[in-house]
Amino acid sequence: MEGNLVGISRRKFSAIGVMAATAALLLSACAGSASNSSSSSAGTGSGAAASCGSTPITIAKNAWTGYYANVAVVDYILRTKLNCTTKISEINEQVAWQGFPTGQVDVILENWGHDDLVKKYITDQKVAVDLGPTGNQGIIGWYVPAWMAEKYPDITDYKNLNKYADLFKTSESGDKGQLLDGDPSYVTNDVALVKNLGLNYKVVTGGSEAALITAMQKATDNKSPLLFYFYEPQYALATIKVARVKLPEYTAGCDSDPAKVACDYPPYTLNKIARAKWVDAGGPAVNFIKKFNWTNDDQNQVAADIAAGKTYDQAAEAWIAKNQAKVDAWLAG
Amino acid sequence: MSVGIVPPLAGSVATGPELPAADGGPRRGPAVKWQLLGLLVVWVLLYKLLDGRWPLETGVPENAQDWLQNFASTIGDNRLTNPLFIYVLNPITDALQSAYDGGVWITQQLGWTGMTAIATAAALVLAGWRMALLTCIGFLSFGVLGLWDESMETLVLVAISVLLSVVIGIPLGVWAGLSRRFEAFLMPILDTLQIMPSLAYLPIISLFFLIGPPSGIIATLIYAVPPVIRLTAVGIREVAPESVEASRSLGATARQVLFGVQLPMSRRTRVVGINQTVMAALSMVTVAALVAAPGLGQVVLNALVVLNVGAAFNAGIAIVIMAIVLDRVITAASRRVGSAPVARRTRLIGWGVAAALVVVGAMLPAVLPALAKWNAAYVYAFTDAVNSLTDWAKHNLYPITTAFTEWFTSWFINPIDALFAGTPWFITIAMWTALGFILGRFRPAFTALFCLLGVVLLALWPSSMATLTQVIIAAAITMLLGLVFGVWIGRSKWADRILRPILDAGQVMPPFVYLIPCLFLFGPTRFTAIVAACIYAAPAAIKIVGEGIDRVPSDSVEAARSVGSTTVQEIVKVQLPMARPIILVALNQGIIFVMSMVVIGGLVGGGGLGYDVITGFAQERQAGLGLAAGIAIVLLGVMLDRVSQSAGRVRRTSSDLG
Repeated sequence: MEGNLVGISRRKFSAIGVMAATAALLLSACAGSASNSSSSSAGTGSGAAASCGSTPITIAKNAWTGYYANVAVVDYILRTKLNCTTKISEINEQVAWQGFPTGQVDVILENWGHDDLVKKYITDQKVAVDLGPTGNQGIIGWYVPAWMAEKYPDITDYKNLNKYADLFKTSESGDKGQLLDGDPSYVTNDVALVKNLGLNYKVVTGGSEAALITAMQKATDNKSPLLFYFYEPQYALATIKVARVKLPEYTAGCDSDPAKVACDYPPYTLNKIARAKWVDAGGPAVNFIKKFNWTNDDQNQVAADIAAGKTYDQAAEAWIAKNQAKVDAWLAG
Repeated sequence: MSVGIVPPLAGSVATGPELPAADGGPRRGPAVKWQLLGLLVVWVLLYKLLDGRWPLETGVPENAQDWLQNFASTIGDNRLTNPLFIYVLNPITDALQSAYDGGVWITQQLGWTGMTAIATAAALVLAGWRMALLTCIGFLSFGVLGLWDESMETLVLVAISVLLSVVIGIPLGVWAGLSRRFEAFLMPILDTLQIMPSLAYLPIISLFFLIGPPSGIIATLIYAVPPVIRLTAVGIREVAPESVEASRSLGATARQVLFGVQLPMSRRTRVVGINQTVMAALSMVTVAALVAAPGLGQVVLNALVVLNVGAAFNAGIAIVIMAIVLDRVITAASRRVGSAPVARRTRLIGWGVAAALVVVGAMLPAVLPALAKWNAAYVYAFTDAVNSLTDWAKHNLYPITTAFTEWFTSWFINPIDALFAGTPWFITIAMWTALGFILGRFRPAFTALFCLLGVVLLALWPSSMATLTQVIIAAAITMLLGLVFGVWIGRSKWADRILRPILDAGQVMPPFVYLIPCLFLFGPTRFTAIVAACIYAAPAAIKIVGEGIDRVPSDSVEAARSVGSTTVQEIVKVQLPMARPIILVALNQGIIFVMSMVVIGGLVGGGGLGYDVITGFAQERQAGLGLAAGIAIVLLGVMLDRVSQSAGRVRRTSSDLG
């Protein structure tokens, strides 16, 4: 008998494929609504105008929804208002920087700090430049679901966390309270913070943004306790209400020794990074992206639309229709 | 004979034909059983006495990680000046990019009609009309799912990777088949390629070959080439020595023996290898998407970011369909080659129909421009249906699953974790070494010692013990499922027919698709990581056990029945003991498949080495940590592989002796 990974003898060919396809064919007749799941809007514009240059502008697309919102609006404007051709390169946040020296990436639309990369690619190699803030403020911190802040008003101060440690116990954290960490893309100081603030908590690694958001949703829907690491702007916060836990205030340099950190995370001014040669070449696209600047609310609106299933172009159109003045300002002069 | 039963995706025992025959044999001697029990008692006692002493948190300087870190950044800094880049790597990158662009251009010119026609025609000529029908329906379903373009991008990526794997893999496999020495040199490398999580080396690949399709192809190639090498080598070995001798005695040169006897006679095994390579390549689709390789993987990743389970599932189904079509067609084609030649007339009709199909399909878009693109009105995606199902499950099943998670974690995960991680590191190492010695004397004992000391040197002890705990529990559950369902499909044809497609889907569906439902049900916990590993690993174990049960000679079962055995007795006293050698293979494969899910587990709360690898991938300055964790995963995998293999070998030698 000859099985294998998918391993089936030829007689039993593929119940699943046949069933799926037949069902789908039958249903397709009555399914009038086209799915949008296929159409990533990485489309090319219709004929690039001379002013924009004929080579496509490569926009790095990092994997979080806020970033998707920036891509949606910037890409839409580049294509429809400036007649540029664009190429969206879906890529890991830090790997994207590798594209500056090689010319594979022209612009990163939402950068969170990354002092090490800034030093390497902007200061030392001079292959990238800072195109200024996006207007979004990045916040990192500890949060609880809103219902907890209502029920236990003093829980939002780190000094009272030990009092409530029992609430947050799970089989993962043993006899301590659980602090759920998440996205490995960021250095978290949480282990050091817990230790240095004398908190009776254990940091449990969720491992991904998806893990964090599902946990937040569950804690809100079921009113179960949860203390977690999170960040803003993030579209999930449009539907999931949370409260931030106050940590000792951040002062410049208080986080310089990772082992001794006992203060809050610094606020981040999110910015745009672009390839130096592309910026030097100039043009309307460079000017527009330099001026591109909006608020956390703006971004959350577009991101929530995308998360709800709108295509990028639909989400961008909807926002632009309501914010024409901002767009005009970006495109002026 | 037994070539195909073991999916040789990973691990060194994956060489099917070396499977011991299902001959039963004596039970394990009581001595070994008592020794194992004694070992456990000593370990638990030492744990109680010494819990938490001499922790190995940061005692060792992290030199190895720093070194790996420097290595990674040196590569990146020299890409424009180093001759290796200018004369070797950059041309390769360009060539791969052109190959990919060309492939996609062709699929676009042909449109969906042309591509479907060509694929159907190829299946018709190579594998018969049933396979042609399957292929046709499969290709149309890409359009129906609304994923035509993405499916073609993925197909092109997979095709290039498989082509390269075959070109590189077959010569290496032939060499390994002819030379024991070369094989001994090659096998550990293949083990490493298959166990090493691709995320650990992905950042380095993208430094070599840039982000985009070339890196995606290389990453896929690395993971997909081992099966074809392994099975080509096995095929050459498998050729009956008499045939080789006969040919030699007639005065054939080594070259003539190879091309006239060994290669033709090992063809079927080799095709199974190519088949496995195709499946392995498809399983890399989502991972390759992390370095900006286009296709279905992107759809899955994008859906994951917005937690759209339905959209991810939709793309997952497209990958499953592609895998099933390719698998069935290749398998059927390889059988046809071996069987009696088809009548000339039939063959001519086949070619005729195929040619007509291709011409019509390729011309259609030109004649009817409306057919150039798949009409969006004929799209039925699973997105909404799956999303409602997920919503229902997350609101209604949640209390039960949460309670179960808590119970399981307190009773199984925490105690084992305490034993591995709580006992001082040198005692844990000594215990593993002793375990290896009991099961297989010196070789597995030294392997365990060497591998665990390596983990210590990499300064990754706590993470490694967390991972080891999860791997061992997941492997145990996998085996339990493998035994229960394997016996079922081995005994019942209809169970086999119903379960097969589900098992296939479990193996090929990208794990990213079912991570979110798992998270909804079980939260970000180590248990979730174990569940994810079992979904991927159990199908292989079930298939292998089922094959083993199926192979038990029916007269043995009849004999038991005739003396009045109950069904339970029949299974426990006859079928399971007789299938035992193959069940041990299932255990081994189960462990290695579980190992390959460690990184995925890190994404859903598994922590441990998986999380270290993800961190290394996500943060450039942690690349050294990621690489080191990848190496640690290989070390643990090799240790578990050798120890579990020796468990089988001990028993076999004892049966040889008497």
